[in-house]
Order: sequence, then C-alpha cells, then structure tokens
Amino acid sequence: MNGASLTNLLYLTFPETILEVASLVVLVIDLGILRRRSAAYRTVAAAAFGVMGCLLALGWLLSHPLAPSFGELLVSNPSVFVAQAGILILSGLVLLLSMREEFSRNPGEFVALVLLATTGMMLVAAARDLLVIFVALELLSLSLYVLAAFNKHRAESSEAALKYYLFGGMSAAFLLFGFSYLYGLTGTTSLAGIAAAAVAGPLTPLWIVSLVLVAVGLGFKVAAVPFHLWAPDTYQGAPAPVTALIASGSKVASFALLVSVTGAVVPALDEQKGVSWVVLLLWMAGASIILGNLGALVQTSVRRLLAYSAIAHAGYMLLGIAAHTSASQGAVLYYALTYSLTTVGAFGAVAIVERATGNDRLESFSGLARRNPLLAGTMLVYLLSLAGIPPLVGFWAKFNLFAAVLRAPQAGVWSLGMVILALGMSAVSLYYYLQVLKRVYVVKGTTEDSIPVHWLELLTLVAIAVAVVLLGVFPGWLGQFIPLG
Amino acid sequence: MLAYTIYLSFAGALVLALLPRVAAGFARVFALAIAVAGLAVGLTGFIQAGTSGPVLIADIPWIPAMGIHYTLAADGISRVLVVLTGLAAVAGILFSWTVKERTSEFFAFFLALIGGVYGVFLAVDLFVLFVFYEIAIVPKYFLIAIWGSTRREYGAMKLALYSFLGSAMVLIGLLAAYVMSGAHSMDLHTLAAYQYPVSFQLWAFPLVFTGFAILAGMWPFHTWAPTGHVAAPTAASMLLAGVVMKLGAYGCLRVAMTVFPHGMDPWGWSFLGIGSWRTVFALLAVIGIVYGAAVALVQNDFKFVIGYSSVSHMGLVLLGLMTLTQVGIDGAVLQMFSHGVLAGLLFAVVGCIVYERTHTRDLAILGKLKLGKTMLFAAVVFAIAGMASMGLPGFSGFVAEMQVLMGAWQAFPWFAAVAGIGIVVGVAYTWRALQRVFLNDTPVTEPVEDHAPYAPISWAEWAGVLLLTGTSLLVGLMPRLLLDVIAPAVQALPHILVAGGRG
Repeated sequence: MNGASLTNLLYLTFPETILEVASLVVLVIDLGILRRRSAAYRTVAAAAFGVMGCLLALGWLLSHPLAPSFGELLVSNPSVFVAQAGILILSGLVLLLSMREEFSRNPGEFVALVLLATTGMMLVAAARDLLVIFVALELLSLSLYVLAAFNKHRAESSEAALKYYLFGGMSAAFLLFGFSYLYGLTGTTSLAGIAAAAVAGPLTPLWIVSLVLVAVGLGFKVAAVPFHLWAPDTYQGAPAPVTALIASGSKVASFALLVSVTGAVVPALDEQKGVSWVVLLLWMAGASIILGNLGALVQTSVRRLLAYSAIAHAGYMLLGIAAHTSASQGAVLYYALTYSLTTVGAFGAVAIVERATGNDRLESFSGLARRNPLLAGTMLVYLLSLAGIPPLVGFWAKFNLFAAVLRAPQAGVWSLGMVILALGMSAVSLYYYLQVLKRVYVVKGTTEDSIPVHWLELLTLVAIAVAVVLLGVFPGWLGQFIPLG
Repeated sequence: MLAYTIYLSFAGALVLALLPRVAAGFARVFALAIAVAGLAVGLTGFIQAGTSGPVLIADIPWIPAMGIHYTLAADGISRVLVVLTGLAAVAGILFSWTVKERTSEFFAFFLALIGGVYGVFLAVDLFVLFVFYEIAIVPKYFLIAIWGSTRREYGAMKLALYSFLGSAMVLIGLLAAYVMSGAHSMDLHTLAAYQYPVSFQLWAFPLVFTGFAILAGMWPFHTWAPTGHVAAPTAASMLLAGVVMKLGAYGCLRVAMTVFPHGMDPWGWSFLGIGSWRTVFALLAVIGIVYGAAVALVQNDFKFVIGYSSVSHMGLVLLGLMTLTQVGIDGAVLQMFSHGVLAGLLFAVVGCIVYERTHTRDLAILGKLKLGKTMLFAAVVFAIAGMASMGLPGFSGFVAEMQVLMGAWQAFPWFAAVAGIGIVVGVAYTWRALQRVFLNDTPVTEPVEDHAPYAPISWAEWAGVLLLTGTSLLVGLMPRLLLDVIAPAVQALPHILVAGGRG
C-alpha cells in the first residue's frame, strides 16, 4: 500500500468519515455543552446534528459519485452508490422521526450509535473482501444490539436486544466459520478471487458446507426463514426508530451484500458450481414467503405484523437474488430501497400512535381516521404500497422484480412456480394489511380526541407518503439510477 | 378527450379526500357535478366517434425501460361501457343523496372507484389496464366496510380478497406473456399479434380468464357477489353490479380471449363431452345462469334476490363471450350494458327507495306493509325494472338476451336450451318478489304497528329512476344505437374469436 492509494481510500470513504466525525461531534456537544438542558431539547439537538451529518455525507457522495475503487476491498460502482445514498437518506429519516422520542436520557449516545450503524451499513454495501465485510457487519450489528436495548424503562426493549444479540452473535460465528472455509478452499479473501478460484477448483463437499454456513449468517441479517425467530420480538420490543433502522437501512445493506456474495459464489462461467447456493436461497425464499405471510395473519400487534411482513418481503427479494442476473440484482436493490422507505414511514406512524395510546395493538388504531386524518392517510399509503397496490411504488417494485426473475435464463425450472407462489401469497397479505386499515378507517374508536403530532414528524411522514406515491406514478425516475426491466 | 373521464373522477376524489370535514351538502353536489361532467364527456366521446373504429386518446411513454406506454384508446365496446359507467356513477350519487355519515369520504372513495373503472375500459396497454383494475379494489372495500349494512366487514373483506386473488392470477398470466413475447411491450395489440405456443396458451388462458371471471361472478367463484351486494350501501351495490362486474367480463374479452385465443382450442381429448376450456367456461356460465336464478327464487332478503339475479345475468354475458360468434359477443356486450343499467335500478328500488323508508328487506315483513298501496312509486318502478331485466321486449334486456341465446344456439345448442330454462326461472323469481312485496293481499292477521307516513319520493330518486329507466327503454326500442357501435368493434377482434374458434 503506497501513499497514493491511502489518499484514494480517504477519498472513497469520505462520506463514512463524515458520519464518524459527526457521531463524535454529537457526543461532545451533548455531553459537554448541553448537559444541563432538558432531555427534550437535547434529543432535538442531537437528532438535528445527526441529520446534518447524514446530509453532509450524502452531499459529498452525490457530488463525487465515481470515486475510484480501493483495490478489491471497497468498490465504487453505480449500484453501490445508489445503495449508499439510499442508506443515508433512510438513516436521516429515522433520525428525523426520533426527534420527539422520549425513551432515552442519553440522546447523544443514541444518535452517535445510529451514525455508527449507518457507517457500518455503507461499508457493508461497498465491501468486496471477506474481512472487510465481516468487520463492517460487526460494526453494524454491535451498534444495533445496543440501540435495541436503548429504552431502559421497558423490559421488552432489553428482551428484544438480548434475543437480537444471541441470535446475531451465533449467526456471526457461523458466518465467520463459513468465511474461514471459503478462505481455506480458495486461498483468498477477495470476492473476485473466490469467484475465479471457484471456477478453477473442483466442487467439494466442503464448498457446500461453507456456503450453508454463510447462508446462515446472511439469512439472519435479512430475517429469512428459518433464521427469522428474532425478528418479531425485536421489532416489537425495540424503540420504534431502532426498529425502523433495523427494518430499513440494515436490510438495504444486507441485500447489497447478498448480491455481491452471490456474484462470488455463483461464478458466471460455471453455473454448476453455483447451483447449491441458488437452491439454498430458493428454500429460504419459499419458506419466508409462506411463513411470513401466514404468520402475519394472526398477529394482534402491528409491529409484529410488520415484522412478519418483513420476513415475507425478504422472501420476495431472495427470489431476485437467486435469479442472479444483472436485471434481477437491480430489481432487488430497487425493491429493498423502496420497501425500506415505506417501512420507515410505517414505523414512524406506528410510533406516534403508540405514544398516544400506550401500545401498538390493532385496537389502538381504531378510529385513527377521525383522530388524525392526515396520519391515517399516510398509513393508508404505506400499507397499500407494502401490499403492492398500484400505482404505489411497492407495486412497481414487485412487478419489476418478478419480471426480472421470470426473465432470468437459468431460472426456467423454478421461476414460474416461485413467482406464482409469491403472487398468490401477496394476495393473502392484503388481508392483514387491511386488518390494520380496517381499524384505521372503519372501526370506531373509544375516543375521538385528536392525536397531536409535531409538525416536523407529520411533515416527514407526509413527505415519505408523497414520495411513495410519486415514485409509483413516475417509476422511471428511480430508473435513472437503477436500471429497470 | 375521453381520458378526462378518468382525470375528472380522480381529481374529484382527491379534492373530497382532502376536505374530510366539508359540509355534506357541498360534498354531494360536488360529486354529482363531477359525475355528470364525466357522463357528459363520455357521451360526447360516444357521439363524436359514431361507428368509427378505435379512437386513440393518449400514447405517452411511461416507463421506457420496461417498454410500458400510457396508452388509452376507445373502440366501440369501450365507448359503450364508458357511457354505462357515467350513467351508473350519476345514478349512484343520486341514490346516495341521503348518506349522512362521513359524506365527503364516501364520495371520495366513490369517485376513486369510478375513475379506476373508466381507466380499465379505456386502457390499451395491459399494464395500464391492470393498474386501474387494482386501483378499483381498495375503494370498494372501504365503501362496503364503512357504509354497508348486513355483515359488512365480512362482505367487504371477502370481496377484496376475491378481487385481489383474481388480479394476482391475471398478473401471473400477464407477466408470463410479457416475458415470453420478449417484445418488451405490454401493448394489447403487440401481445395479441405475438404467436404464443398453444401449450402456453392452454394454461395461461384459463388462468387469466378465471382471474377476471371471478369479478364477473362466474360460478363457482361468485360467492363474493351476493354477500358483497347485500353488505354494500345502495350506491356501492349499484356500482358493483352495474360496472364492477363488467370489469371482469370486459377483462375476459379484452385480455384473456384476445391475447390467448388458442387457449380455447380443443385439448385433443374429451371427458363427458368437455373437450376445451371454451366448453368448460360455457358450462360454468350456464350453471351460473340456472343456479343464480334458482337460488334467487328462494331468498327471503330482498337484496339477496337481486344479488343472485346478477350472478345469473352475468352468466349470460360469459356464455355470450364463449359462443365465439359475432352475434353472441355483440349480445354479451349489450347485456353488460343492459344489466348495468337494470341491476342499478333494481338495487336502487330495494336499497334506497324501499329500505330507507321501511328499514327492512325481509320479504315476509315487507309483505305486511301493503307497499303496493302505500308506496306505489316503488311498486311501479320495481315492476318495470323487473320485467325489463327478465327480458320483456321493448327493454334492453330482451335484445341482449336474445342475441346471446342466438349465438349460443349456434355454438352449444344444449347450453342454449338450459340457459333458456334459467331465463324462465328469472321470470319466476321476479314475479315472486313482486308478488310477495308489493301485491300481497293476504289479510293481515296481527296489526302492524303504526308508522309515520313514508317520506315522499325525492327529486334525486325521481331523477335517478328516470335516467335508468329511460336508458333501458331507449336501448330496447333502438338497440341499433349501441349495436352499430359494438358490432364493428367485435368484428375487429382477432378473427378466431368471431369465427367459432378452432375445431
């Protein structure tokens, strides 16, 4: 490594650097300058600094979209660029929505950890080397474990964090073990090197074992069945902004990682080698689609319902990963970004209702259309988009994804069956989304008192809803960045 | 020009949705104005185009990367159905003049539904068609679940899930067709021109056809229809029976049959005389005709009678489509129009004129109220609507049913005979309802509790009744008004669809 390439590294990772600096600045300001202020004031200030950090990083990223890659460790290409920009926007939105949260007396630490997690996500999306991948994943995961436990007044928060941590720790161990086998088999930690070695070497049982171990680790990150058990409890117990972060940015990063790992272990030159990985993905996808959708049917907590629906959506995206064409990878990225945006909005709305009614049970949403029509309207947009009703963006994402899966040349055998399963199950999903919307619009609540919402939160939620509608009506716009079709 | 029917409706819906607390009076006048404007645009487009071929309305690249264009065009079939939608919308608003609860939201959902329906009838790009088709699902759910009556949440959810399941089946077929053609286009004509392998069409056709036919109330997937119609508020019942079921039938003709015409080819083997999907669906249609009529004959809820009669009448539409003859498909389209008008009228009498005043739909209780004397208007209107819908010459139903049966006679003589029996049963259930509700002269044994005199018939009800009855009479007396527009459009369908299919 010479000096020039280290400058190059700084240049490439400048957005991440900005985030790190911002997290330190937030800590210093919160602990040093604002110590004596009220908790509410400190929360707003810390979140504002956090948002500013995200914006600065985003600004740098947008103005320097084509930084040269740093060897085979960190790459820069259009899809990484889109994923990173998306992650920054999602984290910024999460921070905006957490300005009025009252769960913590340590807002500085909270925001700093969110920024660190965001750094982890951005590195995960760009990393193309097993070691960097693992370190970035751990940065992301450790931040999220702590964040999940951040509400010290609620036992559920600790339970959520503990479950997340235990499952996460175990799956990280599996992942590392799988990586070590991959390294042992191929003699390199770079994904490009692994892809080349995979073509050259024989197909050994150890290769399949290592793939299974990697699948365990990554399956946990995207909450795919059978590694999904943490999701409902964590989604329910963690503070709402943290759940939003776990469900959005972390998902985008993990799917970006799945795309790059798939590119390595399913070498383009030798399809036969990749079959076992594709089969693994398909099993996970099918099981997630079925179990996620059926599990969501019986939930009475809206957060758990969204957790099961997240499992189902992960299943759809895994289909796109398994198809592994460039179109399907673009479609997965499109899906992950738009799904995450919608989910952030949904959790933001849930958090507001929760604060007003004390819990997130379905009944708490009764009469929301009377109590706050605008909030109810945003909820309508989010949930219908998740259900895949046009002209909302969720529909385009699904259409684009399934069209790409059907088009994949090597997918002939399974693609039609899996798409039929996915579309059939998405008809089931309308039932549970409507269960929520029925409470919001149809059922009369016990009270008609209006729910107060801070203008900034409402503005954020409305902006997300408008984005969901506009991206649905003009799907070509995002197509400038992610190739459609 | 016709595209403004869509934009006006959605704009109206948006305005009302953003003004949830506006006065009820304003909301309904505003909604009526929008609907009348939509009807006026539709009629102008209908008259201007005359008997000409398809009129291109809009063609803008929407998502160039996926080859999807925002293409709207109206051939004769579309223009007729657009006029029907306008009529149903205006009449529906007139008959929901008394909605007091959350009026603004009611009309917002109502107009959104209407906008979706217009869109489906005008779309040429199948993607656009599908988008509008799904847009129509959600407002239906809320209209029924919020403003409905008997088991409304159940009825609404059943309707939404059936529709969504149907549209999932359609989407699978469309996706497969899109990918398979490789043309990178979802334009109806491009896809229809592509020669899909017959083996592919043999599974894609029944999938897409069934997906659409669910919404058309095809037996045995009709069960959403009676419960949905009964649960829905009057205006929504009128729309459901009047235009939403037509969406299904229209999709069957426009998408399933046009894109996959060889799906109706013979399988090469036969079981009990059934040798192709065409026979299968014709058989299901005939079962629907007879079953719907027979079940309507034994209902005690006035609305269930009409609900099942809709299943029966939509069976005639599907049978007409499956005849694959010019006259049969002409008849099917005309029957769509005729049933749209008449079912709307029947639901209006039952749900609005009678129910709003007596607060019951039970035939036995209604019989004791001597409605033939106390509510002569309702009795007369029901008699007219009932006779028109059972196929009395002079009304639209007669011409339509006649043509469907003529087509069916050429294609499936036995089915035509059985469908004829269904029509006779139709006479029976209409007379039964008329007799039990309005002409009941059994002496009343226990005195009926006194009630305030019924509210007089309002101007809105008069206007709605005159609009719908007048239309049916006009079309019945001068069917060429519509047939001259429909026939060239049917002729322009792929030749195989009007030439009796293959084999």
